[in-house]
Amino acid sequence: MPEIAAPAIIKPRRANILARMFRALRLPMNDPFAVAGLLIYLVFMVAAVFADQIATHDPTEILYTPSYDLAADLRPGQDGFLMGTTSLGRDIFSQLVYGSRSALLIGVTAAFMVALIGSIIGLVAGYFGRWVDAILMRLADIAFGIPFLPFVIVLAAFLRPSIWNVVIAMALVLWRDTARVIRSQVLTLRTRGYVEAARVVGSSDFKIILRHIAPNILPLSFLYGSIAIGWAILTEASISFLGFGDPDSISWGYMLQDAFASQALAKQAYYWFVPPGICIILVVSAGFFITRGYENILFPKLSR
Amino acid sequence: MKNFKAVGGRLLQLALVLWAVVTILFLMFRLMPGNPMAAYIDPNFTLEQQQQLMAQFGLDKPLWQQYLIYLGNLLQGEFGQSFRYREPVGQRIWILLPNTLILTFSSLIVAYVFGILAGAYLAWRRGSWVEQAAIPLVLTTRAMPEFWLGMVMLAIFSFSLGWLPAGGTRAPGNEYSGFLDLYTSRDFLAHLALPAATLAIYSQGLPLLLMRSNMLDVMKEDFVTMARIKGLSNWTVVVRHAARNALLPVMTSFAIAVGYQLQGNVVVESVFSWPGLGRELVNAVAASDYPLAQGAFLMIALVVIFMNLLADLLYAFLDPRISHA
Repeated sequence: MPEIAAPAIIKPRRANILARMFRALRLPMNDPFAVAGLLIYLVFMVAAVFADQIATHDPTEILYTPSYDLAADLRPGQDGFLMGTTSLGRDIFSQLVYGSRSALLIGVTAAFMVALIGSIIGLVAGYFGRWVDAILMRLADIAFGIPFLPFVIVLAAFLRPSIWNVVIAMALVLWRDTARVIRSQVLTLRTRGYVEAARVVGSSDFKIILRHIAPNILPLSFLYGSIAIGWAILTEASISFLGFGDPDSISWGYMLQDAFASQALAKQAYYWFVPPGICIILVVSAGFFITRGYENILFPKLSR
Repeated sequence: MKNFKAVGGRLLQLALVLWAVVTILFLMFRLMPGNPMAAYIDPNFTLEQQQQLMAQFGLDKPLWQQYLIYLGNLLQGEFGQSFRYREPVGQRIWILLPNTLILTFSSLIVAYVFGILAGAYLAWRRGSWVEQAAIPLVLTTRAMPEFWLGMVMLAIFSFSLGWLPAGGTRAPGNEYSGFLDLYTSRDFLAHLALPAATLAIYSQGLPLLLMRSNMLDVMKEDFVTMARIKGLSNWTVVVRHAARNALLPVMTSFAIAVGYQLQGNVVVESVFSWPGLGRELVNAVAASDYPLAQGAFLMIALVVIFMNLLADLLYAFLDPRISHA
C-alpha cells in the first residue's frame, strides 16, 4: 500500500524542522563539560524567567527588619534574608536572581547581534571576494584597532546609559572576530563541487549563499555567538562596575559596584560581593565549556 | 623583495587604521550630550582663555574644518587642556603612562613565564588527571571579571589579612626624589603586588592554552619522533626539541596580550586606585573632562594598534614558513 506509506514518510520531515535545526546546530551532547555548561545555562534561564516567583523581595526595595530598623548590612540568614542585605537594606539574594535576567538578556542579544553581523559580513566578504572582500576586511582591521572596553565606556557614557547602548557598542566592535573566521571558512566552501554545480545550474548568488553556504557555517556562527555571550556579560559587568551602566536595571555588575562603593571590602562582607562574581563566572565559563565541546566537533584534530 | 612589499602593504594598512580610529574618535566625541563647545571649553576659564581655545580648536568653524584642525593638532601632539588638572592633556598622559606600562608588563611577564611552563607541562602530561582538572580551572580564570578578582584579592590580602596596601602607588606622605627611586622602592612594589597579581591570574590562561596546543601539535612532527627514535630522554625531547618550537607563536601573542591588557587595565586600575591611563579615562569620562578622555583613549588605541602590527611582523619574521599574504 504505497499510497499510504508515502505521506507517512514526508510528514515527519515537515514536522521535524525544529529537530533538524537543532541537529544543524550540532549541540555537543557527548562532552561532559559541554553538558554541564548547557545545564548551567538552563538553571540561569529558569532563574531569569521565573525571577518574580523565585526572588524573596523586590530587589530595589529598601527593607526593614521585624523590629522596624533599616535592614542594612545583615549577614546571611539574619532576619530571614537568605544571603543578607546591602548597606541600603536591599535583599542580596533577590538582586542576584534578577541579575540573571539582565545578564542573559544582554548576553543573548549581544551574542545574537555579534554572530549575525559577523556571519553576514564574513559570508559576503568570502563569497564575493575582490573589492567587496577588501573593503569589509579593512573594516575588520579598523575594528581590531579600536580598544574595546574604552570604546564601550565612552559610548555608554555619551549616549543615554541603557542596556541597549551597551549591546550596540559591543556589537559594533566584536563582529570582527566572527567575520574573519567565517570569511576564511567561506573561501574554502565556495570552491566545493556542489557550490560550483549550483552556480552552473544558474542559481542566484543570494540563493547559493543562503542554501548552500550558510548552513555549513551555522555551527561556527553559533560557536562565536556562545563566546560572545561571555564577553558581553563580562563587559556589561565592567561597565556597570565603573558606573556607566543602566541605572534602572539590577545586574551583577551593578551589585559589585554597589558593594565596592559601600565599603563592602573593608567591612569584609564577602556574602555581598562574592556571589555576583560566582554567578558571572558560572555563566561565562558555561559558554566556554559549550564552546570547547563545539571545537571538539568542528575541529576534531585539536582534541587529539 | 617580496617581504618589503608585504611590509609596505602592512604599513599602509596601519595608516588606514590609524586614520579611521582617529576619525571615529572625532565623531564619537561629537556625539556627547550638550553643546560641543562646552565640551572643549571649561566655563570656568576666563573669556580670553575661552576665545583662545576656540580659535585653537576651531570650534567656531564648520565641522569639516574642525576635523582638519583636529587632525593638525593631533599631528603636532596637541590634545588640548584638561579641565580638571588645568594642564595640557599630553603632559598628564606622560605622567600616567609609566604607571600603566609597569603594571601591564610586570603582570604579563609573570603570566607568560607561568603560562608557558604550565602549558608545556600540561601538554607533556596529556590525558593525566592533572590535565583533566587544570584545563577547566584555567578556563574558569578566563571567565572571571578581572575587577571582581581584584576585589576579592583586596578583601583577602589587604582588608582581612592586612598584608598589602589597599590602593595607589605609594603610602601617603612618602616622597621620592626620582623616577627610579620610586619604582624600585619597597613601598611601590608592595602597592604593585595585588593589581599585578590580579592581572597575571587573568592573563596566564592565554599563553598557557596556546603553549599547550602548540606543544601537542609539535609533538606530532617528524623531528620529535626522530628525537625519540634516537633514544633521547623524555626531558630532552620535550624541552630541547618540542618546547623551543612551540614557544614561537606564544611569544608573538605577547604583543597582542599587551593590547588586550591595556583595555582590561581600565577596570583593574579603578579597583586599586592605580593612577594609570585606564583609571584616568574612566574618571575623565565620568567628570566630563573630554579633552583628557579623548587623549587617554587615543593613547590606548595607539598602543593596541602598534602591538597588533608588532605581532603580525614578529609572526612573519620569526617563522619563515609563514608568507605574507
